[in-house]
Amino acid sequence: MPTIEFNGKQIEIDEDGYLLNLDDWSKEIGEIMARQDEMVLTDAHWEVINFLRQYYEKYQIAPMIKILVKEIAKVMGSEKGNTKYLYELFPDGPARQACRYAGLPKPTGCV
Amino acid sequence: MEEVDKKDINDLLKWKKIKPEVPELTGNISVPEIKLWASLDYKSQLLKQKDALKRLGLPSDGLVPDWKNKFLAKMGEMLKKYRSVRLFMDICVRCGACADKCHYFLGTKDPLNMPVARQELMRRVYRRYFTISGRLFGSRLGSADELDEEMLALWYTYFYQCSECRRCSVFCPYGIDTAEITMAAREILNSVGLVQKYTYEIVDKAQNIGNNLGMVPDAIVNSIEFVQDDLKEQTGIDIKIPIDEVGAEVLFVTPSADFFASPHIESLYGYAKVFHQAGISWTMSTYASEGGNFGLFSHNYNQMKIINKRIWDAAKELKVKRVVCGECGHMWRVLSSFSNTMWGPFDWLDQRYPAPQHICEFTLDLINSGAIKLDKTANDDLTVTFHDSCQVARGSELGGKIDGQFEIPRALIRECVNRFVDMHEDTIREKTYCCGAGQGLLGDDMLPLRVKGAMPRMQALKRVKDSHDVNFLALICAICKAQMSKIFPLYGYPMEEVGGILQLVSRSIVLRNKEGV
Repeated sequence: MPTIEFNGKQIEIDEDGYLLNLDDWSKEIGEIMARQDEMVLTDAHWEVINFLRQYYEKYQIAPMIKILVKEIAKVMGSEKGNTKYLYELFPDGPARQACRYAGLPKPTGCV
Repeated sequence: MEEVDKKDINDLLKWKKIKPEVPELTGNISVPEIKLWASLDYKSQLLKQKDALKRLGLPSDGLVPDWKNKFLAKMGEMLKKYRSVRLFMDICVRCGACADKCHYFLGTKDPLNMPVARQELMRRVYRRYFTISGRLFGSRLGSADELDEEMLALWYTYFYQCSECRRCSVFCPYGIDTAEITMAAREILNSVGLVQKYTYEIVDKAQNIGNNLGMVPDAIVNSIEFVQDDLKEQTGIDIKIPIDEVGAEVLFVTPSADFFASPHIESLYGYAKVFHQAGISWTMSTYASEGGNFGLFSHNYNQMKIINKRIWDAAKELKVKRVVCGECGHMWRVLSSFSNTMWGPFDWLDQRYPAPQHICEFTLDLINSGAIKLDKTANDDLTVTFHDSCQVARGSELGGKIDGQFEIPRALIRECVNRFVDMHEDTIREKTYCCGAGQGLLGDDMLPLRVKGAMPRMQALKRVKDSHDVNFLALICAICKAQMSKIFPLYGYPMEEVGGILQLVSRSIVLRNKEGV
């Protein structure tokens, strides 16, 4: 299994870069993952990541994109409440890339 | 010795990240010059989660010890149980009619993606171990091969580069059903511990949580409540999406992607509006929260049965009279073609209606009877074409009429829009090309293959885009929707140009508030 090195510890990830044990997550791990993709996480990214984590804690799955869009509109203003903005933040798609930085599993199924 | 074998197969099947190469769009589909081993590196990831494998009753520690004997025993069992598979092993004359019919061959140029060559991987083992000449002469027989690690790796590689779409079967003069061979091969691979991650992670979730996404009931309710609120905001009307309501007339079953993904969710808005406007009581079920049935993708009938049982049980428990299915390709095939052989026919449902009934037929009937009305001008910004999903086009009938599976979706689209145009006749209806991601190949791990497999469909689409300014590809399958919305941007088209037929209905249905409904 591939790993990410953090604080002298080897954190296990799967072949697509998602954490194997969700408890291994910390903000720094998210930042390391982003850095590997040559991305810098801004407050806007963290807004999304934190919301995903809160939602996941309650429902054991990430929210559908429409719920995420609405939440972002509420917090960051309606001009940012659209899918296009989310894809600007996370070019690989919010469900995949943001979930990965948030330490959550990738959604499965016909998605 | 075993350890060495294990290491070899792991090396041979090692997944690596490959940057997708996007074929050039010319509007033409031509037979390519072959490129040997061009797609050998496109491997599906293996499922390694031991607890999931144990729940599925599959080997949980990689390739099993003594794999060769177990492989041949399982293959013998499949050949005996599925006489069709044995027949298909014997009757191919290698005429080559299928050779250039596969989207993966056309896209990858790899000759092992010619359907005949893919099937030959099984036939070579079959001839060696299951025919008299093979037993006598071994691999000295030119058309037979030893079963070794290399052959095993070729099986895993190329039987997971077939989307079981059965386009090649349409052209086979003997009617050989390639999908059946792929399904049998995958089942044999499962039995020796080579289990594909994308499919079986999902089979596990569908069996144990109830849907492919692994959504628990609270998550489903939350998503549906969100859609209800959004419907109210958009229309000013209380459009309900009932959940787990005993005594509703209709149980509505759809892929869980319809509660979650885009553009799938837009069709959920359409389903809800249709039921609301027609005044037919309906319910969704948190227990039967998945229409898709990935058990179909191998020859493991039992896995398919377990998933199917949830729909059966929910229909009984909710005491419904009808079962209506949403937009999902292989769900329709399983429910309309296989279901009655699993738990008996739906003869306890209201027999005045098809049981089950497809949402396209259901909606079209309501339009024809005047129960709902559509305003086509609402879709005047769109010029629409339709991609026949392989599992509907070649796996099932629809509406009890010959060619109903082609005509009914098209008739419904024509009710929704003023401008509809079909793609080239060789790429639609029974000759439709797969979207490039069917039957277990939709995972991110297979993106390089998916991009190339979509090539024939994208060429046909380009042609109608150029000639008729098509800007919407209508679909009735969750896999097609996920695949096309991912692939479109790579080919330079906006992902918003992909969606369900019920999304078109949603945009054009004339709504009014109904007191007391």
